[in-house]
Amino acid sequence: MTTLATTSQPSSATIPSEPGWQWRPALEAVLIPVGAVMAALVLFGLFCAAQGANPLSVFAAIKRAAFGSWYALQNTLVRAAPLMLTALCTALPARLGLVVIGNEGALVAGGLGAVAAGLAVPTAPPALAIAIMTLAGMACGGLWISIVGLMHYKRGVNETISSLLMNYIAIAILNHLVNGPMRDPSSLNKPSSYPIAEANLLPRLGESEVHYGLIFGVIACLLAWILMEHSTFGFKARMIGGNIRAARMAGLPVARLGLTTCFLAGSAAGLAGMVEVAAVHGRANESLAAGYGYAGILVAFVARHRGLPIILVATALGGILASGGILQRQFKLPDASILVFQGLVFLTVLYSDSLYGKFKFFKEPSV
Amino acid sequence: MLIPPPPARPEKPLPLELVKITKRFGSFVANNEISLSVPPGTFHALLGENGAGKSTLVKCIMGFHQASEGDILIGGHSRSIKSPYDAYQFGIGMVYQHFTLVPAMTVAENLVLSRPDIPRVIDWKMEMARLRKFMETAPFQVDLLTPASQLAAGEKQKVEILKQLYLDTKFLILDEPTSVLTPVEADEVLGLIRKKVESGLLSVLLITHKFREVFGFCDEITVLRRGQFAGRGLVRDMTADQMAEMMMGGPRESKTVSKSSSNRGKAALNLKDLWADKDSGVPAVEGVSLTVHEGEVVGIAGVSGNGQRELVEVLAGQRTSTSGEVNIHGQPYRATREEAFAHKVFLLPEEPLRNGCVPQMSVAENMALRSFDRAPMTRAKCFINRKAIRQNAVEMISRYSVKTRSPETPIGDLSGGNVQRAVLARELGSGSENILVAANPCFGLDFAAVASIHAKITEARNRGVAVLLVSEDLDELLALSDRLLVISHGKLVYETIPAEADIKTIGHHMAGH
Repeated sequence: MTTLATTSQPSSATIPSEPGWQWRPALEAVLIPVGAVMAALVLFGLFCAAQGANPLSVFAAIKRAAFGSWYALQNTLVRAAPLMLTALCTALPARLGLVVIGNEGALVAGGLGAVAAGLAVPTAPPALAIAIMTLAGMACGGLWISIVGLMHYKRGVNETISSLLMNYIAIAILNHLVNGPMRDPSSLNKPSSYPIAEANLLPRLGESEVHYGLIFGVIACLLAWILMEHSTFGFKARMIGGNIRAARMAGLPVARLGLTTCFLAGSAAGLAGMVEVAAVHGRANESLAAGYGYAGILVAFVARHRGLPIILVATALGGILASGGILQRQFKLPDASILVFQGLVFLTVLYSDSLYGKFKFFKEPSV
Repeated sequence: MLIPPPPARPEKPLPLELVKITKRFGSFVANNEISLSVPPGTFHALLGENGAGKSTLVKCIMGFHQASEGDILIGGHSRSIKSPYDAYQFGIGMVYQHFTLVPAMTVAENLVLSRPDIPRVIDWKMEMARLRKFMETAPFQVDLLTPASQLAAGEKQKVEILKQLYLDTKFLILDEPTSVLTPVEADEVLGLIRKKVESGLLSVLLITHKFREVFGFCDEITVLRRGQFAGRGLVRDMTADQMAEMMMGGPRESKTVSKSSSNRGKAALNLKDLWADKDSGVPAVEGVSLTVHEGEVVGIAGVSGNGQRELVEVLAGQRTSTSGEVNIHGQPYRATREEAFAHKVFLLPEEPLRNGCVPQMSVAENMALRSFDRAPMTRAKCFINRKAIRQNAVEMISRYSVKTRSPETPIGDLSGGNVQRAVLARELGSGSENILVAANPCFGLDFAAVASIHAKITEARNRGVAVLLVSEDLDELLALSDRLLVISHGKLVYETIPAEADIKTIGHHMAGH
């Protein structure tokens, strides 16, 4: 049958029948991001020292404020929930090779959609109202990022720039609506929409402060993991992300898959917006654009755009966000110090992307 | 020991000698005590199968790798070459298998860019004047103002060689430079280089496995086999069979599948007045109409850059046609996954890593690109069955002798020949193809692999598959085709039957006369 066998030894003899677990590449995928975060910690320590604060006690305080007590942990998880969802907005398209950073805009669009839906059905039973708000939030966020995808696939517009600029448009629409058509006259110093009926708010988990948004976040990340790593859809997406020419040769409908992914990505961030309005604020106002979208980009990159690690990274970053106040109170560090830290992490993580494959230690040994 | 100071760049070629070079990667020995000597002004061929260690050896000369043991003597002195810049200082330059041009830059910019002593501010007027003067004495001509991305493979290869001549290289290493050229072009290019060698201005080390080139242009050969020295000799004292024996460690098996007499069936693939543009929007395919019948190989000959690539891309679904029709068995074909599956259309693309593989994904996943979304590789309609994917890969790897550490290794880590085999396994392994489109399927492969691919194509044809073979290798086309078409400037300009073909006439039409 084959004459190729004459050219070389058949190599099948060396292949084990079961895939050996390749710990070296797996270790690389863990150690490089962890190393990057460590480097950012060192740099942030230098920053704290320059501000006259002892870095070690700052880190200890952050740890305490993030995970030190049940109260602190609840605080952290409340912040982690929207981060998990907004991270997916960058992570899913990233597997297709698209760099989408419209998380903030999709979150705002989703929040607005959820509020509008909640206000439209004030008397519906709570479960139904929440379902409607959820769907509305996801649909609005999904459509928002779908616009980015459409512009990219139909007209070749760069998805990173367009999604970034769409953030500003979404925030402008939010401001317009809460200052105009949706404005509750009783909201004087902070223009807001009418509030969602108390009964229709997203309930909390048991006795805790943590709301159902956390469940949404964890489930969404699990689904994203299964979708991208184990489904044929994810296989196709990874083909497109890896080599679009090969994907085209295999006959994949590149634009259709890309648009679907954009919609899913946007709907995750839209769900984050719904969670924020239906569980935290109870109405739409400028607090909706509190930066969870931008922080979500960071989470996605640190987690290398994979669903399961996003859960962990979002929780860690939620903790850091939760500790912002303590830095100001205890160390007289400016409130924005946490943003400095986020920025440092972002830089080191982006840099660390260039380190994959550079260390011989992480390579599979040759046969 | 007295180490002589590094000399200024040599005025004329110096003798180059490798003494017992050993190169290990971990426990893998890529080169084992290889010795080789190239006297100045000679044309030396380095022969060997894929994976014999030819590329590793020349990378040691170029300073990409450091030899684990052994010496490199230049002009009789042991020299350490730590980087390609060191190699440049010794007057050594190389033309790689892969192109190294910056696609967005013009030929002139690429040439100037290659200079290590590039000034901070470039006086383009002066540089252009210099380049024009250089081009007057250059063995071949390429338009200096064309962006590299617009050049066909053959022209790119010429620019790569021009670059070395422009850098005033005295010892030129050529890594299978003619795989992208037509035989006429190849003879022309090598002939002109040979002239420079004969005038004593250049030494050449040519990596090849084409005996025609060895006999036509080389003085001496060194043969490697699986990292070991396998023989050397003067070309005039040797026969092709002796060389083949050295390369393969045994007499050459010529196991060609004979073409069955024509059993041409009904029309399978039909193109009607097909037009397609280049990336720049200029028409590349200009009204191509052709029909491929079942059990027939239709060959398309042409100098690279005459629309073949775009034509194949349309058939592969990588490019949309601007007008015209592609029909398969009378139904319109737009290269979607469903259509390709329904009509059993398979492809052997040129540059398989770029066109047909996802480099970061594993060998196993790449071998499943055609079938991952169907049982048994899919469970419950939407989940990937990794076990089935792996099993398929293990079988294909052994059947097609793909050398890989494991099925989980990213395919981008494999050598070119092995990538090609993996793609071959995927496209032909199922044995169920009805239509096969092959574009330069043997680019850069050694002759045993070439013979095997040719056998598989002929075998497919005998089975009733309709084959469209686009190639820049005229010998290949003449051997395999039932009908031969010539493409020039995007149009089919000539049709002949290989048995009656006259190479001169074909060449005439290829050149656009």
